[in-house]
Amino acid sequence: MSPDSATASAPTRAKEVLESVVIRFAGDSGDGVQQAGMQFTNTTATLGNDLSTFPDFPAEIRAPAGTLPGVSGYQIQFSSADIHTPGDNPDVLVAFNPAALMVNIHDMPTNSVVIVNSDSFGEVDLKKAQCKTNPLEDGTLNGYQTYRVPITALTLKALESIPHDVVSHKNKERCKNFFTLGILYYLYSRPMETTLNWFNDKYGKKDPAVAQANCMALKAGYAYGEATEIFRSQYSVPPAKYAPGTYRNINGNEAVAYGLIAASKLAGRPLFYGSYPITPASTILEELSRHKNFGVITFQAEDEIAAVTSAIGASYAGAIGVTGTSGPGIALKSEAINLAVMTEMPLIIVDIQRGGPSTGLPTKTEQADLMQAMYGRNSESPVCILAPATPAECFDIAIQAVRIAIKYMCPVFLLSDGYLGNGAEPWRLPKIEDLPKIDVKFHSDPANFAPYLRDEVSLSRPWAIPGTPGLEHRIGGIEKSHIQGNINYDPENHDFMCRVRAAKIQRITADVAPATVEGPEDAPILLVGWGSTYGSIRAAREEANNRGLKVAHVHVRSLNPLPSNLGKLIAGRKRVLVPELNLGQLLFLLRARFLVDARGINKVQGKPFRVSELVSVIEQEAKGL
Amino acid sequence: MSTPTTPSPAPAPSPASAPAAPAAPKYTKKDFQTDQEVRWCPGCGDYAILNAVQQVFPQLGLSREKVVFVSGIGCSSRFPYYMNTYGFHSIHGRAPAVASGVKLANPDLSVWVVTGDGDGLSIGGNHLLHALRRNIDLKILLFNNRIYGLTKGQYSPTTPFAQTNKSAPFGTVEQPINPISIALAAEATWIGRSVDIYPKHLMEVLKKMAVHEGSAFLEIYQNCNVFNDEAFDSLTVRDVRDDRNVALEHGKPLIFGKNREWGIRLNGLTPEVVKLGEHGVTEKDLIVHNEKSQPLAFLLSRLEPTAGPYDPKGERPAMPGLPLPIGIFRSEQRPTMEVRTREQIANAKKKLGEGSLERLLRAGDIWTVA
Repeated sequence: MSPDSATASAPTRAKEVLESVVIRFAGDSGDGVQQAGMQFTNTTATLGNDLSTFPDFPAEIRAPAGTLPGVSGYQIQFSSADIHTPGDNPDVLVAFNPAALMVNIHDMPTNSVVIVNSDSFGEVDLKKAQCKTNPLEDGTLNGYQTYRVPITALTLKALESIPHDVVSHKNKERCKNFFTLGILYYLYSRPMETTLNWFNDKYGKKDPAVAQANCMALKAGYAYGEATEIFRSQYSVPPAKYAPGTYRNINGNEAVAYGLIAASKLAGRPLFYGSYPITPASTILEELSRHKNFGVITFQAEDEIAAVTSAIGASYAGAIGVTGTSGPGIALKSEAINLAVMTEMPLIIVDIQRGGPSTGLPTKTEQADLMQAMYGRNSESPVCILAPATPAECFDIAIQAVRIAIKYMCPVFLLSDGYLGNGAEPWRLPKIEDLPKIDVKFHSDPANFAPYLRDEVSLSRPWAIPGTPGLEHRIGGIEKSHIQGNINYDPENHDFMCRVRAAKIQRITADVAPATVEGPEDAPILLVGWGSTYGSIRAAREEANNRGLKVAHVHVRSLNPLPSNLGKLIAGRKRVLVPELNLGQLLFLLRARFLVDARGINKVQGKPFRVSELVSVIEQEAKGL
Repeated sequence: MSTPTTPSPAPAPSPASAPAAPAAPKYTKKDFQTDQEVRWCPGCGDYAILNAVQQVFPQLGLSREKVVFVSGIGCSSRFPYYMNTYGFHSIHGRAPAVASGVKLANPDLSVWVVTGDGDGLSIGGNHLLHALRRNIDLKILLFNNRIYGLTKGQYSPTTPFAQTNKSAPFGTVEQPINPISIALAAEATWIGRSVDIYPKHLMEVLKKMAVHEGSAFLEIYQNCNVFNDEAFDSLTVRDVRDDRNVALEHGKPLIFGKNREWGIRLNGLTPEVVKLGEHGVTEKDLIVHNEKSQPLAFLLSRLEPTAGPYDPKGERPAMPGLPLPIGIFRSEQRPTMEVRTREQIANAKKKLGEGSLERLLRAGDIWTVA
């Protein structure tokens, strides 16, 4: 069966044009849900739709098959309009088993589409999902457009021409995610080439039989969608109106890795990435380890502490020292971060935040490490803190982090999170030649050298690396005397040095872009956000504006120091609202810094904000004004 | 192979640990001294070690700017302040990790780590293990005084069982660990032991350590005259050391004693002391030291004599107990991590070409909007 042969007998259907569609794939973590979602995303990207994705993993790699905790999800919104979130509620749910159906059905609006693999609703499957009755029969699906497709049987049938000794029964069954993907490609008028090419590139040489089986399953699914009459319509989503340029799809962790590599090129210094595997940051280590031809050194350390201290050692020797982790790793690194504060060493600390405290929710997103980055170390410990707002922005912020760390000789935090790290969006590629070089000045002249002699403007000390004749000197974590850098316990000197380290971080303001207002400049309500909530806040602000509410949005990319104009932008508003995926951390900083009676919109559910929940809070607040 | 991190304007010669190569300036001991006031307690064994290191360094052929001393926290970790080289006094236990970053970023540097029994084996035990296992070319000097000195007298991981001290007034209830055995288990490629009050021996061992390419671990018995005085006297004071130490020499039988009258032979898997010439014992019966044999090194590392109190007037025993081995337990060549890392980079460049940002960003599916 091929799509071509099927076309001949295909029923003629009108194509309905839609502006936006939200699809959620759900199944066992072993069902290939993430793989199907990613392929749908890549294909959709090449069609020129705007898109935003939300992969949602269970914490267990392979939780017992078919159980509720083992359900893995992948949501994508794609659109012909400019969109900023993966969507509040799916239009389509693809559920590979009863557990996936039961976990996700509550998010589905009435009359939305539910596609289930009807082959996986046997007695055992239902028991694993703790279903007392069969949801396909007990009315659970009343009010939905439900499609019961025997996906497993159809997949096996499509592959019956391949002998079992070439591709095993089990491996054939595994192709069911691509059969399903084929159906969706048909329904939403997506071409199969991107995925077919990907199979051939990835498995064509290594395992041609498996590549072929998956390609056949994909095509069979497509043909099934086309030939059978169960689907009422076919849909299309026209391309979005993008600014001219070359685009690709990117997730936040890839963008961080590419940004760091770019920074290394722009600075002309090798990148050293010290890291210990931790969800959801490990993919940065994996990505960087693939790019040794850029001179990248990846060091998988024995623990989080060695990861950061080796990076400090590398910076000391003149490389760009970077460490990456998540919140629990930051906790372990705090003493070493202070060593970089004290020795005034360039250091980039990438924190892909996740739900906490303690082990918390390793695979879920949260923004609750802001206070940890700001204050989570002993004594007066000022550091720079930057936060990208979108996956693509992780590239720019990574470069900026390196630039600031080198210019100001200080640690710089990059606060991303699981949602940004795993979520993808189209990215207009920057022109490489437009990226400004990063100025690196190693001190070399022994005549005017003192380890803590500061630049008058930036207050940074010289970067004097081992190997430079005549600059032999000693540094360390004990308090240093101003200029000479000798061990010094003098009270006045310590007071001075604490203040100068803090002042230095404040001087970074000169390199931080002023904050901008999105929406009506003079709106009485101002939303102030940071990090990955950008998309939800922006979409909510636009929706509120559409409903006639005067509300504006400022998104903070630099949390320490804050943008120089932030106080002005906040002042005089009737209401300042601070939406965060924590219990009020930026809120606390803003109230302390600007003495403003700001209010928080907070949730810690391991999930991004829904646009609708923000809009309803804005509406409530507007009424009360 | 290119060395992209070389900071000096002159092209880098062969690794700094190969002393024969470049013409380093002619130094004297004084060139390695700093203007910093040394702040160890009077009589501390650290002075003798510092003195030995400062005497040895002019003989190593290393340019001063190429040398980095990294330390953690503790009395021994003040060491870098007194060496007129580059120095980094880091945080407790982490010196091997900091030093690993330094060496990986710039393999041309000669990187030395100074640590102690608390710093290196307790809080930093993990880093020590992994630095050794990776065979990064670090010279690690572990000053073992079997006590916490800087925090004033608590027991350390090498404090003998049942010894009383500030944090164990009724005696420790913990089994101490053996640094040499630990280093062997961690796959260190060079392992030695010396003593603060054996300046000649210490300098000889330091010189050999300096030319080893790979992780090198030297345990130095060091007397803390304030909190654990005379900890090693029963093994190391002049009158007994010949009878209670055996100097390890590659290819030579294990012979010791004031008159070199005793040897060590294997009885099954158990080492025992024998008297040469007695019961027909000759040198041929003795264990011959072999720095390439890891099983032998481990066996020797387990010789931990607990000789009784030293009595200068006492008679020499007819047959002593097993002696304390000093010298080099193991010395083997294996490619270092920094060399392997550089090789991977060079191979990747050969295979994929020098990294291009343009190509990196455009890999995979891209599309153009006009």
